[in-house]
Amino acid sequence: MLKQAIENLGNHTIQGVWRIGFACRFFLAVLLHSGTAFRRFGLTIREMYFTGVLSLIIILVSGLFVGMVLGLQGYETLQRYGSESALGTLVALSLVRELGPVLAGLLFASRAGSAITAEIGLMKTTEQLSAMEMMAVDPLARVVAPRFWAGVISMPLLATLFSAMGILGGYLVGVRLIGVDEGTFWSQMQGSVDFTQDILNGVIKSVVFGLAVTTIALFEGYDAPPTAEGVSGATTRTVVTSSLVVLALDFVLTAFMFRGLN
Amino acid sequence: MNRTVLDLWVGLFVIAGIGALLFLALKVGSTSTINAADSYEVTADFQNIGGLKPRAPVKSAGVVVGRVADIRFDNEKYEAVVTLRLANRYAFPKDTSAAIMTSGLLGEQYVGLEAGGDSQKLKDQDRIMITQDAVVLENLIGQFLYGKAQEGAAK
Repeated sequence: MLKQAIENLGNHTIQGVWRIGFACRFFLAVLLHSGTAFRRFGLTIREMYFTGVLSLIIILVSGLFVGMVLGLQGYETLQRYGSESALGTLVALSLVRELGPVLAGLLFASRAGSAITAEIGLMKTTEQLSAMEMMAVDPLARVVAPRFWAGVISMPLLATLFSAMGILGGYLVGVRLIGVDEGTFWSQMQGSVDFTQDILNGVIKSVVFGLAVTTIALFEGYDAPPTAEGVSGATTRTVVTSSLVVLALDFVLTAFMFRGLN
Repeated sequence: MNRTVLDLWVGLFVIAGIGALLFLALKVGSTSTINAADSYEVTADFQNIGGLKPRAPVKSAGVVVGRVADIRFDNEKYEAVVTLRLANRYAFPKDTSAAIMTSGLLGEQYVGLEAGGDSQKLKDQDRIMITQDAVVLENLIGQFLYGKAQEGAAK
């Protein structure tokens, strides 16, 4: 009984380390095979349509609502201290620094990441990947790399759109609905948001999240056991792992970027 | 390879993303970050800077003319050395005075510049001679109490 448990634990650990190593090699292989993704950019554009354009609706709508909630809640708290003029600062800084990249990353993982895993997993299950290898077409270059770059390019665009929509939502609720002065809303925001330190750092965050989420999604699909059950398990793992990785990476990046700023 | 409807959508998506970044850059972020090319630095020594922070605005007559670039502690004079980065298009006389002020009752602190009457202008790496420290509330209360006590003793 106890022996069994220890054996299981050891087995899981070894499997885990093995998978991490394989994932790193997979990541490098994708980078090495990226040439095709740029030479035949049409392939990447096709994937950008599926990962980026089709994620637009959920990103824009969530961004708007998050911004509107921030406007309401921020106003409630700030007006207690008589500083509702700082609403613009609160909405913009929290969106541009944190909420934009992180929430867009989480949504991207569940909307686009799961789809990538399921697609590649199913391609593997139905032996399309092996068929490509038979025809001397490298599936890494033809299938994986375009999806990788499409995800990496789409993610920062989606995060910026999320932040912009959120600020618009905060503006609608704060200025239009509650009646915070429009001039102070924008000028306080401009006074405290710095382009390089806040906006560009947010963009860098979203690029890193894009890399992480797409790599995890592609790897899980590529590594999925070729059964129906295996593909469904891989899809679940993609969403869970990439959400956790986004949140953990966010902490690390924030510690690097914003420590000692104020 | 032909153009497809897909390309149009992806193009729209990319343009929207870049548009959002422009919106953030122009409407949300501050364009007041002065680049090193068209600005000059002057320093000012203060005995107490209160809560002044790097990137705080430097204002003259209420107009933002620069930013606080750096705050250091001089271990020989035991004073704070504040480096101010001012835009080139604003030139100030040599005898300009700098004071640390607070916007509003609890607002952020900034450096206020008051122009003097000298005909020579401040140049890069010059030092502002006349400075006024930040108001520390505890000292103010102390002075007030001390004054009250003396009033009582005089009676």
